Amino acid sequence: MTSSLTPATPLQPRKRAIIVGACGGLGTALSRKLAREGWTLALLSRREDCPTDLAAELNTDGVTRAIAYQHNVTDYAEVPSLLTRIIADLGGLDLLIFNAGINLPPGLEKMSAENDIKMVEVNLLGAIAWLAPVGDLMKDAKNGMLVGISSVAGDRGRIANPGYNTSKAGLTTYLEALRNRLTRHGVHVLTVKPGFMATEMLRASQGPKPFTVSPERAADDIYKAILKRKQTIYTHPIWGWIMLAIQHVPSVVFRRLSF
Amino acid sequence: MTTFTTLENFGHSLKAQSYLVQPRSTDEIYETFRLAKRDGLTVTARGAGRSYNDAAMNGGGIVLDLSAMDKILEWDSSTGQVRCEAGVTLRQLWQRVLPDGWWPPVVSGTMTTTLGGCLGANIHGKNNFRMGTIGEHVIEFTAILPTGAEITCSPKKNADLFYAMIGGYGMLGVFTSVTLQMKRMHSGLLEVHAWPTRTLKEQLHSLEDGAPKFDYIVGWLDCITVGHGQIHAANYLHEGDDPDARKTMKLDFQSLPSRMFGVFPKSLLHIFMTPFMNNFGTWGVNTAKYIASLRRHTFRQSHAAFHFLLDYVPNWELSYGRAGLIQYQSFLPKETALHAWTEMLSLAKKRGLPSYLGVTKRHRPDKFLLTHAVDGFSLAMDFKVTDANRARLFQLTQEFDRIVLEAGGRFYFAKNSETTAETARAFYGEETVAKFKKLKKRCDPNGLLESDLYRRIFG
Repeated sequence: MTSSLTPATPLQPRKRAIIVGACGGLGTALSRKLAREGWTLALLSRREDCPTDLAAELNTDGVTRAIAYQHNVTDYAEVPSLLTRIIADLGGLDLLIFNAGINLPPGLEKMSAENDIKMVEVNLLGAIAWLAPVGDLMKDAKNGMLVGISSVAGDRGRIANPGYNTSKAGLTTYLEALRNRLTRHGVHVLTVKPGFMATEMLRASQGPKPFTVSPERAADDIYKAILKRKQTIYTHPIWGWIMLAIQHVPSVVFRRLSF
Repeated sequence: MTTFTTLENFGHSLKAQSYLVQPRSTDEIYETFRLAKRDGLTVTARGAGRSYNDAAMNGGGIVLDLSAMDKILEWDSSTGQVRCEAGVTLRQLWQRVLPDGWWPPVVSGTMTTTLGGCLGANIHGKNNFRMGTIGEHVIEFTAILPTGAEITCSPKKNADLFYAMIGGYGMLGVFTSVTLQMKRMHSGLLEVHAWPTRTLKEQLHSLEDGAPKFDYIVGWLDCITVGHGQIHAANYLHEGDDPDARKTMKLDFQSLPSRMFGVFPKSLLHIFMTPFMNNFGTWGVNTAKYIASLRRHTFRQSHAAFHFLLDYVPNWELSYGRAGLIQYQSFLPKETALHAWTEMLSLAKKRGLPSYLGVTKRHRPDKFLLTHAVDGFSLAMDFKVTDANRARLFQLTQEFDRIVLEAGGRFYFAKNSETTAETARAFYGEETVAKFKKLKKRCDPNGLLESDLYRRIFG
């Protein structure tokens, strides 16, 4: 596919981003935010109609700000060729946001190996399939930023959702390792740990939902962190303090807690 | 070997990531075409990367860096004919031929450019009115087309491609070797005359009247006060004029000093220029420069020092700051130049976006398909780019484009970065564009050779 974008020029420069998982609540909010800030976007989603509709929404006034691609993140083998195509279409790459994720809590009675595996496949292995090759390219180019949408759920293993906890803990650690590997090459890595966010996914979790933020608020927080080149952010920020406390709850107590 | 790399233009005003390939042979270039076709990527040839715009940029695609193909293949000091690989730089070339009493007939303002790049842009020098472009001194060249065909072109053989590929910005094929005719020298020095001009009108008169009398002529224009300027005109020395000809043609005589006053390293000079790169600072520098130029004088200067002004302060482009610079150059017929440029310069001043460096030259037309030349003059203006002025500067370039088009002018694509496809079509003319596209289809049926420039002006 040849790009419908006109090439960037010194006076009309271009910042290019890939958003993997552009169609959920946060993905859509991030896409809108970045487009408003003048970025050119590759929007990826496993859904067929949604990224196209979202791109159409962003491409107003005859200006192409977004190109849609249908992609399932568990189709790991497709990533290298799709990545090449996207970079050619965008004319370069400055930012990757991995935002694809699923949450399939098993409930407290019985585990579901099938669901847990699915979560690890999407949330962790899907992320690795994108972060590793893009990280390598950015390292060579000595330019770029990787953003992984992890979760507060990755900070501690809890009774309600072992698979989700594991997938996000793995993602957080993977991002940290990439940060340590890539910072010296001029590549920045940001780990985002949302707490509760008012999206479809929130409906899956049970119990009280304190400090819930809107996806728009989270997108603003993330964008600010991108500009400031932060390493890790919590959104809502108070989760940073809450998780600090939770991480220090001794196991002897934690085992007996009901969350 | 392919590396994903962030590349920049000469002005540091455009950055993009590309897959950089450094071929060492024609076979490796062909192999790159094959891989590009397989992966659905485009390919752009790049020499020294000294275009001010996007001519050697290919964001997200493959960039063929030809600088490793840098052998001077044959040099005949009796006829002055030299055959070089396309990655040979002007520095390598003049350093090889001058000690034998020859000089390249056409050179750019920097000697870091490669011959492939020089042919692609069909460069001109301060002697364009007399010697034409570099293409007029090419005896023949070889090139590889994306189809894999290796061709040889001269004004007689494959003439249509000869006149289209020179000045074709690598959009039809990739130069692999060039045979050039050098010019006989009798000294390593030029006799340079310098005199001031008070107005743009006077400067253009000086260029026009001076051209028949000199081998080289160039003007500096202060675009802040608008009008103050200085002319430098130079002549070759004739046989016997230089008693030390053997010595002055030696390389150590020609080398540009690396230190100022023998102590201060010039490689750091650009840092001290940065504070002056604003409207007020440049006004001060220009005024001082004009006052210094009021003395009319004649002196002898080495070829290297006269021609390669852009190399005199290493990395001068960095003094323009983080967002770099753009150069806007327009070529206007001698009848309309004064009026159009007066309008443009006052417009820039009104918008608070004056150019910090203006350079004028005298030109004549040539036979190349995508020619930028006219029977008239050119004015090149450097503009500092900042995050704050980008949008306004873009508007200004578009207004300039309209004025230049109305005045029957042309643009040069080693320089202008904001010219749109519509403007390009308007000054090239439909017939030329159709002719070029036909050749493009013939040489590159799969559309593999594309630069950001190609997509901008022909996309």
